[in-house]
Amino acid sequence: MSVDGTVKDEIAVPPDGPTRRKSRSEAHPLVVIALSFLTAIIVGGILIAVTNQPTRTALRHFSASPGKVFSTAWHAASAAYVALFEGAIVDPHTFGHGSIWHDFNPISETLYTATPLILVGLSVGLAFRTGLFNIGAQGQIILGAMAAGYVGFTWHLPPVIHLFVALVAGVLAGAIWGGIAGWLKAQTGAHEVISTIMMNYIALGLLSYALKTTAFKRAGSNQAISPIVHGTARLGKLLPAPLRLNLGLLLAVGATLGVAWLLSRSRLGFTLRAVGASPTAARTAGMDVGRTYVIAMLIAGGLAGLAGCCQILGGGTNYALTVDVDAGLGFDGITVALLGRGRPWPTVWAGVLFGALHAGSATMQSRTGTSIDLVTIVQALVVLFIAAPAFVRTVFRLRSSSDVAGAQLAKGWNG
Amino acid sequence: MSIETAGTLAIDTPAIVEVPTTRRARIVSGSVLVVVGVLCALAFGLGSKAGHNAHFRLSPTGAKYKMPNLVVPARIFALCVGVAIAAAGFWRISRDFSRRAMKWVIALSIVAVVFAFLCWSVTGPTAPTLDLFGPGGLIGQTIFFAVPLILGALAGVMCERSGVINVAIEGQMLAGAFAGAMFATVASNLAVGVIAGMLAGGLIAALLAVFAIKYFVNQVVLGVVLNLLALGLTGFLYDAVMAPNTNGFNAPGTMHVIAIPLLGNVPIIGPLLFDQNIVVYMTYVLIFAVDIVLFRTRWGLRTRAVGEHPRAADTVGINVRRTRYINVMIGGMLAGLAGAALTVGESAAFVKNMTGGRGFIALAAVIFGRWSPRGAVGAALLFGFATSLQNVLSFIGTPIAIPSDFLGMLPYLATLFAVAGLVGRVRAPAADGEPYEGR
Repeated sequence: MSVDGTVKDEIAVPPDGPTRRKSRSEAHPLVVIALSFLTAIIVGGILIAVTNQPTRTALRHFSASPGKVFSTAWHAASAAYVALFEGAIVDPHTFGHGSIWHDFNPISETLYTATPLILVGLSVGLAFRTGLFNIGAQGQIILGAMAAGYVGFTWHLPPVIHLFVALVAGVLAGAIWGGIAGWLKAQTGAHEVISTIMMNYIALGLLSYALKTTAFKRAGSNQAISPIVHGTARLGKLLPAPLRLNLGLLLAVGATLGVAWLLSRSRLGFTLRAVGASPTAARTAGMDVGRTYVIAMLIAGGLAGLAGCCQILGGGTNYALTVDVDAGLGFDGITVALLGRGRPWPTVWAGVLFGALHAGSATMQSRTGTSIDLVTIVQALVVLFIAAPAFVRTVFRLRSSSDVAGAQLAKGWNG
Repeated sequence: MSIETAGTLAIDTPAIVEVPTTRRARIVSGSVLVVVGVLCALAFGLGSKAGHNAHFRLSPTGAKYKMPNLVVPARIFALCVGVAIAAAGFWRISRDFSRRAMKWVIALSIVAVVFAFLCWSVTGPTAPTLDLFGPGGLIGQTIFFAVPLILGALAGVMCERSGVINVAIEGQMLAGAFAGAMFATVASNLAVGVIAGMLAGGLIAALLAVFAIKYFVNQVVLGVVLNLLALGLTGFLYDAVMAPNTNGFNAPGTMHVIAIPLLGNVPIIGPLLFDQNIVVYMTYVLIFAVDIVLFRTRWGLRTRAVGEHPRAADTVGINVRRTRYINVMIGGMLAGLAGAALTVGESAAFVKNMTGGRGFIALAAVIFGRWSPRGAVGAALLFGFATSLQNVLSFIGTPIAIPSDFLGMLPYLATLFAVAGLVGRVRAPAADGEPYEGR
């Protein structure tokens, strides 16, 4: 209990440690996730049905033919979700019509969209494990994209070296931007949530300013857009031409391996987790808590910066810097990290899942006219339900597990 | 340590002991003043065109009692300000001010430097006369931009004083803006829109309250997720309902300006403050209401007790959870009103993500204002002024171009400095963000 000074945090302390046995009557976390997802999908379906024009017309004649209301509503909702699936996994409408690669387009889009999500998820998740909430991924992505983009479209270097230098620049810029928040927390106790929110907007201001300067502005354009990144600095494609899947995915998987090793096998990772579990205990054990905060935010910022690199060097904004280069990834990444509970591999699956939703939403919008914002709703609801396992258990009358009371006790601004 | 919550009674005011300022702090702050003074004299004094004056319009066209324009010799004014600030800096280093006096010195210095800057920016052979108090003028626009920020900040204060962190101000505002536009149009009645906006804000706040108070979800996580939910919901409904039929669902109509008799005729402040629409008047009332409720009523004392030490409050018989539920709901309705101010109050249609970070500026105002209603309103006005200045300067053009983006960053930088303790410590209510497991 917080009042007693022992803060229990589900994200920082994974519930399924090796010593914990699961009794059969207790709901498995995956069940909670599946039920959360199901509930979110149902709520989304109801929204689609309610706002669907034919359904509303049928509703006016409800007393005459009540069955028609439900059938049109079902049709509207299922058509949207089918289109979503077709855009994200496999599309029977075009399957087998083009080249074999064409059939992989939905999967390619899913993985392509998932790449930066995974990286931001890792960034937020690593900070979580250290007891920090990195809301600043947006700013770190922007700074990363600015640095990588600048190297990409201004410098002329040989192929592989150019890409490498651009990536390093992006990661460093993101790391510095994240590190500032960590340093402020270590030095002055400034709460990282507040400082990272503020730094997001400062980064947006910097980007908006930079796109008006000669160094970043595209010559001859009166829009806020930068020149295009040279071919030598772009992330190479993994599949033939129209498919967008690129080396970024390998970078994301590599980063996951790195973070997984860091957290579970390295001395630094142990320190990070110890500080996340209890800063006071870590300090008593002789760990430098302030320094750990700085290091955690440097790594988290670097990962978000790498996501920014994937955005600009991977073609997310057509290889040019624009004011919305972050594309809402900062906050989407938080949901990925929450779904992945701050652990590396689950974060990858969470990223792929939300990546599939995002990739499929474009097809859903073009085929059924359903707004892509549906995905945001589903995403938010899933995470909302997962963050409150007690709520899901109540709704579905599941047996509560032992950790029900201390779902996620939060630390306040002063903590 | 002095805690700035004016009027704070029993619970969070330790005995105020004047801690003498250290020699190092004195020298640092004094030197900063000297540098600022010298820079002001150099940039705005010698930087201003000699022989030209800055012209400011005090009375907007159509005011009942006209005031003559204010004419300031920019160069001389800025030089005097610079010298005065530098002198204050030397005094600080050699003799020191009391804490109270130092606050006045800092406040006056900032006002004087900003005014010197304004004089500099409108001095020159072709410089326009700067409108100050008209609806499109610098201060007039400040009110316009500050109203949603003030309401949002009051929402934050209400929630956080009772111990629930409200990062979802942005989402509550967005929901309020959407519902305000939609219901005002459907009912062809602006009052319905305002009420619907408040209720929509309250709805998001209800989610915040239930998940935070009942299910102990981390409140910052929750706020972020609720912002996302509000963004998704309003965006989805905008696409599905509003966009196909703008006239039927997204044309809130014009909210008329009501001039208050007598008060509206007072020179300068009359047209500025008392020639506004009903939402602005509601804001005035709410500023006083929140301050009085929190610091002059039993409910406010209980709220603050719950926010500082819930267990102690519980022990003396205060229902912690109920207090928090009610405060969060009131806060959500205030934030919903802030959103409605953007659509109904400004006679504007709803646009996706139209709050554009205003909820986060409001959160910044709460923190910058140290969780006190007066401080939060002051901060919101300051941030409104920064936006207004950004707007006005990009319109008139300064002698040397100033990137407006940097002015836009000011609220965030100011808050960053505030939490980093560079302008005195900020301290949240002690139990802010901590769920209470008892009753």
